Amino acid sequence: MPRKRVRLEHAVEYLSILDEKGRVDEKLEPKIGKETLLDIHRTMLFSRRLDERMLTLQRQGRIGTFAPAKGQEASQVAAMAALGDDDWFVPAFRETAAMLWRGFPPENLLLYNAGYSEGGAIGEGAHDLPISIPVASQIPHAVGIGYASGLRERDEVTITFFGDGATSEGDFHEALNFASVLKTPVIFLCQNNHWAISMPRGRQSESRTLAQKGLAYAIPSLQVDGNDVLAVYAAVQEAAQRARDGEGPTLIECVTYRLSVHTTADDPGKYRDEEEVEKWQAREPITRLQTYLKKKHWLSDKQIDKLEKEIEERLDEAWEKTHERIESLGDPQMIFDHVYADLPAYLESQRQSFADRLKEGE
Amino acid sequence: MAELNMADALNLALTQEMEKDESVVVLGEDVGVDGGVFRVTDGLLERYGERRVIDSPVAETALAGVSVGLAINGLKPVCEMQFSGFSYQGFHQMEAHAARMRWRTRGGHTVPMVLRMPYGAGVHALEHHSESKEVFYAHTPGLKMVIPSTPRNARALLVSAIRDPDPVVFFEPKAVYRAFREEVPDEEETLPLGESRIAREGDDLTMISYGAMLHRTLEAAETLAEEDGVEAEVIDLLSLSPLDHARFAESARRTGRVVIVHEAHRSFGPAGEIMARLIEDSFYYLEAPVRRVTGFDTIVPLFAREQDHLPDQERILTAARGVLND
Repeated sequence: MPRKRVRLEHAVEYLSILDEKGRVDEKLEPKIGKETLLDIHRTMLFSRRLDERMLTLQRQGRIGTFAPAKGQEASQVAAMAALGDDDWFVPAFRETAAMLWRGFPPENLLLYNAGYSEGGAIGEGAHDLPISIPVASQIPHAVGIGYASGLRERDEVTITFFGDGATSEGDFHEALNFASVLKTPVIFLCQNNHWAISMPRGRQSESRTLAQKGLAYAIPSLQVDGNDVLAVYAAVQEAAQRARDGEGPTLIECVTYRLSVHTTADDPGKYRDEEEVEKWQAREPITRLQTYLKKKHWLSDKQIDKLEKEIEERLDEAWEKTHERIESLGDPQMIFDHVYADLPAYLESQRQSFADRLKEGE
Repeated sequence: MAELNMADALNLALTQEMEKDESVVVLGEDVGVDGGVFRVTDGLLERYGERRVIDSPVAETALAGVSVGLAINGLKPVCEMQFSGFSYQGFHQMEAHAARMRWRTRGGHTVPMVLRMPYGAGVHALEHHSESKEVFYAHTPGLKMVIPSTPRNARALLVSAIRDPDPVVFFEPKAVYRAFREEVPDEEETLPLGESRIAREGDDLTMISYGAMLHRTLEAAETLAEEDGVEAEVIDLLSLSPLDHARFAESARRTGRVVIVHEAHRSFGPAGEIMARLIEDSFYYLEAPVRRVTGFDTIVPLFAREQDHLPDQERILTAARGVLND
């Protein structure tokens, strides 16, 4: 009868293993082999340079609007490195670094950003979803994929990426609730990069952490330093193990920062201070990883220079290939392909009249 | 062969497809223990278990979005929206993803899902329970849009929809669920999506309809035969997307006179599209302007006045006689 307290034992852990000065908490340090760490470093650096190259190409009018991943490379690459090829990857639209780790060729990303849907092609049997633009709308897909893995008795985990703004969307909440009730093997990875276009994190939600939104659905949830490769890797590895053990989903809030524009169509100067960016620049993930690798004597400045050169050459080659590809994609009739498995009669007739017009124009 | 109503015929389709293909799963609100609010999924939980018959939280966005994921990972989800009036919360998943995934990935991922839902007025329901907004789905490239009219064709079309490699939105005329019975064969039967049927033959007038309104159209056609000596051909569209243009164009050219009947709103409705196509390719065969009998462009009224909204015999006959006398 009386008004009572319903006691909820909730707290959000914050995990940090490699700090911005390159110091490591050895008790928490995950076991990652040298080769894997060097691959992680290479992919992060490649993503950074690809972003820079694309920004130049966009300013020159050669490719269209895109969303740079700059500053978020650790959250993406370390997460994917903690999973296997058979695990499912469900991105939003800023996951360039994660896509590179999954083997998307840079020329495909360039082609897509140049306005050709061929660049978004997914190979048969690949456990990767394409770029998904409407905020949070990809999250329920991960739950469905995860449920199907369980029903088909496949040892697969699904990871989906989204930002801080996405946690305000209904899709996020419905998906988390669904996943929790059905105990699906899914990792929800929120990249809290502090900005949803012009909206700062503080105005997106009054919740002290975004991770705590998962606790409302009884999902184990934690915050990690999203610019710390070791912390992200450890958190995703633990979440994956939980999923494989049949214990259901995990929400990981990677606290990171969008060092660049939202997309090439906006000007952050209008809504945020340069000081804030500088503060986060000091916590930047690539330099931090390099410090760690150098301390271990697994990477030297000389090797970094060599790697930079290799990446530059690979990017030149990728842009060249993209050009060749664009030239071979002259026939716009492909817009009629893949709308359905088989082209229905009315679409065939629209395609035919389009083809006739193209012929007349020749 | 058994005499079944439409709800039981749809249940037969689901049962047989789940029996035959273990990748078929059913999900929705109250589809398991309760067997669905219209009992279309009755008995499936007992037969196939809670892993394949998923009673979901009340979450239409997740239902549609999770179905997309299930389909991408090798299953064939048959997802129930409890009423079409609640499906709009899931609409963006259908438009943004189900419809586009094949195209976006250049065939890498496909979404062979069915989104079933009861639609239409006439059962004394609440607000949001009587709508007929099939156009939202029919207007969306990448989706197929099917509306059966009788128990037998509902069963055959649902089987085809489940086996179809593309996402199919399947509108079930709730006013027909228990309205009458029809012989439905036990053995498997399918009907090609995108193909209409001639529900009544005639050479004097073409009447085009689908779903619940087909039955009112057929009734009007019988009255015309008895009272006016006019033999109307009645075309049952069955699919709005793909639309069987060839069938109604042939009929219109033969009779020269056309009436279209649906309960969907008039403006930008299916009749508008059908009329446009007839004007584009059959204009010179027409003896009179095409007429349409439709729901009004108002909010669908609450049930005390829902029959005022729906095309009735008087409105259908007036339009038909108008076309015949023009």
